[in-house]
Amino acid sequence: MSGGKGGDRPADRRPVTDWRTDWDHLDARWRDDPFPIWDALRDGPIARTERFEGAWLPTRYEDVEAIARDTGNFTSRRVVLRDRKFDDPPLPAPPLTSDPPEHKAHKQVLLPLFSPREVARLEPLTRRICNALIDGFVADGGCDAAQQYARHVPVRIIAYMLGVPIRDSHLFIRWIHEILEVGASDDERNRNATKAMRDYFRHHIALRKEGRTEADPDGPEPDLIRVMMDGSLNGVPLEEKHVLGTLNLLMVAGIDTTWSAIGASLLHLGRHPDDRRRLIEEPGLMPTAVEELLRAYAPVTMAREVRQDVELVGCPMKKGEMVLLSFPAANRDPAMFPDADKVVLDRQENRHAAFGIGIHRCVGSNLARMELRVAIEEWLGRIPDYRVAGEIRWSDGSVRGPRTLPVTFG
Amino acid sequence: MRVRVDPDRCEGHARCHALAPELFEPDDFGNATALGDGAVPPGMEGKARLAAANCPEYAVEIVEDGG
Repeated sequence: MSGGKGGDRPADRRPVTDWRTDWDHLDARWRDDPFPIWDALRDGPIARTERFEGAWLPTRYEDVEAIARDTGNFTSRRVVLRDRKFDDPPLPAPPLTSDPPEHKAHKQVLLPLFSPREVARLEPLTRRICNALIDGFVADGGCDAAQQYARHVPVRIIAYMLGVPIRDSHLFIRWIHEILEVGASDDERNRNATKAMRDYFRHHIALRKEGRTEADPDGPEPDLIRVMMDGSLNGVPLEEKHVLGTLNLLMVAGIDTTWSAIGASLLHLGRHPDDRRRLIEEPGLMPTAVEELLRAYAPVTMAREVRQDVELVGCPMKKGEMVLLSFPAANRDPAMFPDADKVVLDRQENRHAAFGIGIHRCVGSNLARMELRVAIEEWLGRIPDYRVAGEIRWSDGSVRGPRTLPVTFG
Repeated sequence: MRVRVDPDRCEGHARCHALAPELFEPDDFGNATALGDGAVPPGMEGKARLAAANCPEYAVEIVEDGG
């Protein structure tokens, strides 16, 4: 569970020699530094690979945007690339894997709990969590900002929102590592962790049916488990597989993603003392700075499945093939963002795609934005001067962020 | 100057609200509308343009006075 030593890395993969015809986002070079790969691909046709049973890789913003909006030709029923497609039909994780017309109703069950107003109510708790974490290492002169800080903020908040005990956080972190990182290329461990998570939620649903919970005191009423249990579509209660699929999704989507954004942002500010000082001296920059850090270090890559044969910018895409939607690559497209590889804290035009584009806009985007802003503010408030002091290890899979971030301070 | 949010385009990113909370208000589903009648108070024109330039759905519209 320590972010992947030796045997926890994905199985050895055939190294990529031609990114245009044989790309692989699980290749170590993509993991460690994907930006030059995307830059080299942007000038040509959409890149192709025969891996993953045939898949495409758009890297221009306009192509990523067009596919994200084209829910007619591209279905979300699969959103992760696998060496061999498993589970047919795939396990649903509404609303992420839902298509129109069902998608809207699936999403509206969740949206009110993630509105800016509800998220604002979680801000004081988020600040307390950040400060308690900093209390734990601030006297040590250094820490691993990914392992001891960034990772714990989103996991505690989502546990609180779901209505499960925060003391179980270590379980969530392990399952998600096995699903998103190890499980990117290891089907069996992916399945086992998914099953463990579903059993966990079954247990907490059963408790609520007996009028009990194990949630920490002062949690939200209703919590997300209760909202899903009581949810209905057109007057019909949600099926168990819908409830469990959404609860699993909330946990998987709500943890590594924001952990990655916080870690990458602290890494940037550690390596760029000029940006760090400017942000401390001009706190009014924080809103645009947060969007810019999200643009430059967007963690999340999604996928779509081609619903029917379609040609896109001259590329013949066949039914059943996959398309990797690299929002991080779109966000570095110089045709859309001048100085795309530079972090500009007060960037004015910034239609970044870190949370997706179109109907699948991330349900948790307001929460993630708040957590990122608060985690940076509290860190800089107490540790204004720090240096990156050691090797960065990046995550495997389709959520990218630093899994180790050693820093020194004081 | 006035601002308006096209409800058919808005997907609830709420970036207009994050960048210009004085001008935009999200509803319970996170979709935004212009506060009041959308009139931009003097001095807030920059924030209005910032909100429009950060919407990935091109849902925030700016109407210049006399335009």
